Formats: sequence, structure tokens, C-alpha cells
Amino acid sequence: MLSYPFMQNAYMAGTLIAIISGIMGVFVIARNMSFLTHTLSEIGFAGAAFGIFMGWQPLNGMLLFTTISSIGVGELGAKSSRRENAISAVSALAIGLGILFLSLADTNASYATGILFGSVIGISRANVIQMMALSAGVLLTLVVIYRFLKFDSFDPIGARVEGLWTRTLSVIFLILLAFSVSVAAQIVGSLLIFILLTLPAAAAKYFVHTVGKMAGLAVIFALVGVWTGLYLSYVTNWPVSFFIAAIEAGIYFIALAVDWAKN
Amino acid sequence: MSEPILQLDNVSFAFPDKTVIENLSYTLEKGAFLSIVGENGVGKTTLMKMVLQELKPSNGRVRFLPNRNSVEIGYVPQFRNIDPEYPLSIRDFIGLNFAGFRTPWLTKKERQRVGELLTETKLTGVSDRPLGQASGGEKQKAYLAQALLDNPNLLILDESTASLDPVAKTELLDLVKSLNQRLGLTVIFVTHDIPLARHYSDQYLFLTPGTYEAGPISALSDEKVAKMNNA
Repeated sequence: MLSYPFMQNAYMAGTLIAIISGIMGVFVIARNMSFLTHTLSEIGFAGAAFGIFMGWQPLNGMLLFTTISSIGVGELGAKSSRRENAISAVSALAIGLGILFLSLADTNASYATGILFGSVIGISRANVIQMMALSAGVLLTLVVIYRFLKFDSFDPIGARVEGLWTRTLSVIFLILLAFSVSVAAQIVGSLLIFILLTLPAAAAKYFVHTVGKMAGLAVIFALVGVWTGLYLSYVTNWPVSFFIAAIEAGIYFIALAVDWAKN
Repeated sequence: MSEPILQLDNVSFAFPDKTVIENLSYTLEKGAFLSIVGENGVGKTTLMKMVLQELKPSNGRVRFLPNRNSVEIGYVPQFRNIDPEYPLSIRDFIGLNFAGFRTPWLTKKERQRVGELLTETKLTGVSDRPLGQASGGEKQKAYLAQALLDNPNLLILDESTASLDPVAKTELLDLVKSLNQRLGLTVIFVTHDIPLARHYSDQYLFLTPGTYEAGPISALSDEKVAKMNNA
């Protein structure tokens, strides 16, 4: 299986995605941003469709749309009273735009399914290199702001009282999230991105109780899902995103059951 | 005479529709244990926000002595977003306050400091328990330990005992009183609980709408409390 270049690329990309998603997911969960992450992925769909319409790589269109909108969506969703409605409005608009761009680009339906649900064969070596650069940027930024982000995510009141630059942190985090969404969408597709950015971290928090250990375990859960999903997809020719979704959801439900049994 | 650490000079604060504090002057001395009491809505939390410099007084000024840099504030807020599923252990929660551009992991010295505070707050036995599953008293002690992490010389407890049972209240305030007496930590305790204020503090500041009264805690009689509440 690994003698095929497309599978090598898929495994390299999948590994990067699992690492980024596992770590970022811990902060997504702590900051209650699962819904916002889902919206960013839909914006990513619009961006990828725009990229195709413009004749670019879909990933570049995704990066453009998610990065610009991450800040705006974050601001819209800042007030909890209007968060759901504001984010739903942006989601609807993004999906509409995505459909429009795909229609204008005159592409076939398989292109759209590739963006929405991910694909194993669509990843080139150039994609992998670009994803490596993006992932390295995200990881490096995370290392630099880690202690601040940890405090602000897991104790926002304490962080505010201590005079942390919480607003700037929030903007930096949203940009990192936009990058992560764009990277992760390459395999699982934009519609299922929140599987990797939320479920592994949501499951990890039932087993370990430090931020570092949660990030480590979330990466392991994400790797199990991505690696196994890629293998099963190769063997069965079924969509990889189905397997990854099923494995991650399975891990999450097991975690819930273990927690229920413990308590 | 003790040195002052905080001075409020004719401080007033007005919201667009309401003035909550008017011309409040008070000097807090180093090592004091001050209780700020008063009904809901008289401006206790607003006053604390001015001390924390989250709000600016409409008039007057809040001064730290001898200067702002000499006063490190530890603040234990009234509310925290800790639900039963909150995952971090008590130990990890306390260490959150070590924010800075440093290694992602805590250094040996930092871990030792967290260990000292766990011992100080008698949380060592439950240090690895998720904070979400801790009792109300344990949570308040963890908040206190986190506030003490960077060695404050002024500690503010904002209604920290409000949701605790009598045993947990006593445990928490015994701990704070011991820090006040052993280390000379200056304490501001915001509370509704007059008996608790009488038991632990040595000074009081009683806020009522538009006015206030301050003095040694021994002067805070039941008659005075009744009179102030009816003012």
C-alpha cells in the first residue's frame, strides 16, 4: 500500500493533520468553539470553491477565506446571546457562496464531493510540503504563546484578572484555527473537519487531567483514526472520511462510557 | 503606625443610570484584614474592579503605595467557569497562573512552588483530582492557591465564601487569616456575612447607597449594621 505515492502523501498529510488537530482541539474544546470550528470549515468550503473558480489550489482559497473570516466570525460570536444565530447566518452564506463558485467554475460533481468530504487520492507531494510549512507555523506559534493560551482557555476569568492580553490571544487563536481547518480539510473534507478538531480532544479529557497530557492523548486518538481510516479506505475503497468519523465517534462514545462507569 | 498600601481618594463611580460610590476615601494599611460589607448593588464589586484597574473611577483616584509596582495583587473572583466536566487537575489549574513566554512545560522551580501552595492550602491529597469534581471548599482553596502563586502582598477575596457550607467557610478563612498573620499579607474580604467579617477581620468598610462608614471591626455593632442597612 505504501509503495503508491498517493498513499505515501495521504499518510504524511494525515499525520500532520492528526498532530495539529489533536493539539488545537484541546483549546477548541476548552474555549467552547466546536460550533465556530464547524462554521469555519463551511467557510473553508466556500474558499476552496472560490480557489477552483479562480484557477488556484483549493487550499489557497480555503486559507484566504478562513483567515479573513476567522476574525470577523469570532467578533460576531463574541456575545453569547447572539452567537448561534450569527454563526448560523455566516454558515448559510458560506455554503451558498461555495455552491455559487463551484457552479461558476463549471466543475464536475466529484470536485465538489472531494472538497466537502475529503479524498485520499487528491493530495500531491506539493500539497504535503505546503501543509508541512503551515503545520510548522501553527506549532511554532502554539509553543510561543502556549502558557498564555492555556491560562486564557482554561481559566478566562483568572486570565483577565491577571491582566493577560486576552483579546490579542483570541485573534491569534482564531487565525491558528483557520490554518488548522484548512490543513485538516484536505483529508476529511470541509464538512467533517470538526471530527478531528473536536472529538479526539473531547474524548481525551475524560482520561487525563493536564493540558499537555490531553494534547498528547488527543493526538494519539486522531492518529489512530486517520491511520486506520486511510488503511480501511485503501482496502475497501470506501470514503476515508467515513472511517475517520466512525473511529473518532467510537473513541468518543467509549470515553463517555468509561466516564459514566467511573462515576 | 503601619504603612499604607492602598489609598482611595474621594473615589466616585457612576454608571450611565446610577451612581454607586460617592466620594469614598479610605486608607488600607499593610497587614490589615479588611472586610468590605454591604447589601447587593451598593458597589462592592465595582470598588474591587477599580482597585484591580479594570474600571476607572468617575472621580477621585485609587493609589497604590509607595507605588503601583510595589503592590502585587492576588484576586479570588466570586465566579469561575468551572462545570462538573472541567478536566484540569487541581495541580494543573493552580499552575495556569505561571503565564509567560517560557517553555510550554513548568520548570522544576515552578512545580515546587505549586507543591508548596498545595501543602499550604491542604490540597496535596486531592491535587490530581479534576477541579470539576472537587467540592466547593476545595475549589475555593484552589482559586486561592492560584492567586497566591506569584507571591501577592495584597489578596482580594470577592464573596469567596458565599456558596460554601459553614465548615468550608471556616477552613478557607482560617487559612487566609493564617497567611495574614504569618506573612503579613494584606487582605480585602468582600462579603455579606457580618458574623464572618467580625470573626476574621480587624477593619471594616460598610458601603450603603451614597455613603459609607469605616473603622475597627470592634465598632461594627448590630445596631450599626441595622442603622446602615436602613439608611
